[in-house]
Amino acid sequence: MNILTHSPHAHARVSIHKVMITVMAALAPATLFSFWLYGWPAVNLWSVSLISAILAEALVLRLQERAVRPALMDGSGILTAWLLALSLPPYAPWWIAALGSVFAVVIGKQIFGGLGQNVFNPAMAARVMLLISFPLEITTWVPPAPPGSPQAQGILESLRITFFSQPLDGMASASLLGHVKTEFTRGIGVEQALAGHFAPLDALWGSRAGSLGETAALLLLVGGLFLIARRIITWQAPVAMLLGVAIPALIFNHIDGNHYAGPLLHLLSGGLMLGAFFIITDPVTSPNTPLGQFIFGLGCGLLTWIIRTWGAYPEGVAFAVLLMNAFTPLIDMYFKPRIYGRDRKGTALPVNKGA
Amino acid sequence: MILSAIISLSLFGTVLGLLLGLAARYFRVEGNPLIAEIEQLLPGSQCGQCGYPGCTGAAQALADGNAPATLCPPGGRALATVLAAKLGIEADLSGVEDSGPKVAEIKEEICIGCTRCFKACPTDAIMGAAQQIHVVFREACIACGKCEAVCPTESIKLQPVPPTLQSWYWNKPQGNVT
Amino acid sequence: MTLLEKCFPKLRGGVHPEGRKELSAECPIRPMPLSRRLYLPLQQHIGAPATTLVNIGDQVLKGQLIAAAQGNVSAPVHAPTSGLITALGDHVSPHPSGLPVATITLESDGKDEWIATECCDDPFTLEPEVIAARVAAAGIVGLGGATFPAALKLNLSRNSGVQILIINGGECEPYLTCDDRIMRERATEIVAGIRLIALAVAATKVLIGIEDNKPEAIAAMQAATHDTQVSVVVMPSMYPMGSEKQIIQVLTGREIPAGGRPADIGVLVHNVATAFAVQQAIFLGRPLISRLVTISGGAIKTPCNVEALIGTPVQELIDLAGGYAEPVARMVLGGPMMGQQIIRTDVPVIKGTSGILALTAAEIGQSDSSPCIRCSTCVRACPIGLLPLEMAAHIRATDLAGAVTLGLRDCISCGSCSYVCPAHIPLVHFFNYAKGELAAQERSKLKQEATKKLAEARTERIERIERERAEAMAKRKAAREAKARAAQEEAEKAAEQTATETT
Repeated sequence: MNILTHSPHAHARVSIHKVMITVMAALAPATLFSFWLYGWPAVNLWSVSLISAILAEALVLRLQERAVRPALMDGSGILTAWLLALSLPPYAPWWIAALGSVFAVVIGKQIFGGLGQNVFNPAMAARVMLLISFPLEITTWVPPAPPGSPQAQGILESLRITFFSQPLDGMASASLLGHVKTEFTRGIGVEQALAGHFAPLDALWGSRAGSLGETAALLLLVGGLFLIARRIITWQAPVAMLLGVAIPALIFNHIDGNHYAGPLLHLLSGGLMLGAFFIITDPVTSPNTPLGQFIFGLGCGLLTWIIRTWGAYPEGVAFAVLLMNAFTPLIDMYFKPRIYGRDRKGTALPVNKGA
Repeated sequence: MILSAIISLSLFGTVLGLLLGLAARYFRVEGNPLIAEIEQLLPGSQCGQCGYPGCTGAAQALADGNAPATLCPPGGRALATVLAAKLGIEADLSGVEDSGPKVAEIKEEICIGCTRCFKACPTDAIMGAAQQIHVVFREACIACGKCEAVCPTESIKLQPVPPTLQSWYWNKPQGNVT
Repeated sequence: MTLLEKCFPKLRGGVHPEGRKELSAECPIRPMPLSRRLYLPLQQHIGAPATTLVNIGDQVLKGQLIAAAQGNVSAPVHAPTSGLITALGDHVSPHPSGLPVATITLESDGKDEWIATECCDDPFTLEPEVIAARVAAAGIVGLGGATFPAALKLNLSRNSGVQILIINGGECEPYLTCDDRIMRERATEIVAGIRLIALAVAATKVLIGIEDNKPEAIAAMQAATHDTQVSVVVMPSMYPMGSEKQIIQVLTGREIPAGGRPADIGVLVHNVATAFAVQQAIFLGRPLISRLVTISGGAIKTPCNVEALIGTPVQELIDLAGGYAEPVARMVLGGPMMGQQIIRTDVPVIKGTSGILALTAAEIGQSDSSPCIRCSTCVRACPIGLLPLEMAAHIRATDLAGAVTLGLRDCISCGSCSYVCPAHIPLVHFFNYAKGELAAQERSKLKQEATKKLAEARTERIERIERERAEAMAKRKAAREAKARAAQEEAEKAAEQTATETT
């Protein structure tokens, strides 16, 4: 009673730990679905990601002589590793996940000074690092193999795939965006390339080749809406990102349908849903104000579409997010809320006794 | 060819040299203006607590970069921040005014009315006359300590100013997070 | 202000703290038994402290003026009961610092005997100046918590031609119910007070803003204002709706210019309890010697609303509410959002004390702060449109000027940002530290300028004395030399004479 404390003497029942737990809960359905879809190798990969992130973070905190428990307990490292795992191909070898997680937590976050200090989204930084360094491992996709299907893997085989890099003979397949890109370079138009490959309903449910989390667009959308309802994230950035992809896709698809894919394909493919609701809503690396977040999201969407359409890589979410992360301080500088009693420029409103 | 090069270069050199000479004469700067500007900011009481000969000496040292922005105890934190901004340097405020503001106080029962303190006071903050007990004007005292040094009976001492409801404010929140 | 904001005036940001008003809302106003000893600080308002008019040993009557206003911004203090002045000196202040403050101690004689009061037969015929003068004489200050002398606001508003009078019945702070109860039980008196204030400032439009979580108070005020020009406006319950800037924004759509006053946009805001005090002062000639206080919090046995004499020790009010039922984690004066923690309970109730809260640890919900994750929940909660996270980061890095650029001086310290912060960062604490530090720097700068002038005057004086002395010496020397020369000449002349004489 004798320690003097400043007001307020009441507090909303929130904490960073609870925020992280809620985000994980929102990710859980899509994650479980992908486990079912890809079987045990997916579970292995996810576990390796999380465990290596925890170990790496504990080690780094120890080296910095900081308290390990509170920093680990906030759950931000685990969430980063989780998001990274969802962006990896399910049958990727274990060291891809471990290396990515360690990079995300150590280089992506702790080197900048820990939680809240990093400029770039750690999960996306790690994914881009993996994509550039190990293009083969990170783009080897497999079609879904739910339990009961002929390609389903037993636990033992899954361990062989994850930990002993068992070759994926005859199982490799391209992700949809990759397929379109490859076909296009061979001179085959989008419509033709898509024939028999893209059914929106499938995309919604995710039953086709892709990374762990990018395939279940619908469940990710539901998780995102749950977060908006719980006021963990705001609608501005996700909506803007979806618009940023959908609008140019719609326009260019209208102009040349054989050259440019339509909005539905873009919205339901790749990591867009994951990116829009779980990556660019990362508070640390996104702007502070609603307007700033909208602009940030719009930029992420546009860049994603541009990279997908004209870039060398079939998927552009990670690159787009990192590019826009670099713009975040600039957006924060120029888009500040108007202060009560002042105009947008910050000068006091005029005295107005009448009216 | 060579001749023209020699002529033109010599001409060029002469003209530029002339220009430099003229500039040195007409744009000459009398002393360092920064010193005068800094001196304006300093208390001007020439108390010498900084260890330099008066405020001009301190301003000189600041301008030369030989003294920290926190050199002036009477100026306190406020002056240190202003000086740091003026000089474009970082001021380490942690050491400034840790003990809080002080004023001189006279123990009336041992003051012998020798008048030495008020002769020494740079801001006329002490009033008194020979053989009479002296009084300190708290508002004018800059806690330079000159009176403390000359008092023969140690009756004048710098005392911390007790906080009042008007001057009290919250401490900076502890812990290393925001 | 954008067109959208003009068309749909509403509170920006804001938070929804748990109300907890049910603890004391249904408790009718209880009278307070007379205390044996009352402590009356000379500073219970914003401005200069009052000056004592009594001496130890003086016998005073209830309502007698015992300390007079001093200077332009000040308020007098009256004896809340009859009795003996037993001490003039320092007593612990009802303030987090617990610093001593000049206080008059009054020992009650138990008779509670009123001084002759000046009643007024038809107050509505009074001149505006007279109303303001009587409000000033009654020592009325803003009872919502700001404690700005009320008469000053009346004069300022009349001089600047205010049209809209807003009566604040928002009471957006959790736990507090004293304004709710006064509106339910004393609506007629409040409306009379409101009409007097409107008369004093010649307001053409009077609005009473009440949050929708007080239906009984709304009904009572609507009934009391039935055939008057005064209208009751129901506002959504949200914190900080009862803050001056916010209630003006919600009721009129206008914003006070930064650094300005409500009068700058033709508005005057007074609290309902202040209106009641005005009615008491003008109709009955009674100065402000008591106020309603809510005693509440999870640790209090029977939370209630009490009409307490100014100067009553807080402990006696807690005892009246049955003492503690649970361990107290923190004692707070005022509401939980902006109230001040107190360490001791022997401090008196003063004019600005709206509540006494004994909170349990669970109610406070405090935990250690963790790093900022820049989630910008505080940005969305700020009713002013500031960036609390950025301001706190600048202050932490000792860049107070940077925080000022971001709008530190516009901050109303409402605590919404600290309340919602998931990292439990004491944001408002940072801001109030910075405001205090800036004020201290300003004071030290002013002092430095003054002492610099003194030092210059002294140097000049010493130089002048030196110069004069030098001049005097030179003069004396010249005189001496002249004399010497004269003497020498004389001597020579004399010698010559003697020489000639001898020859």
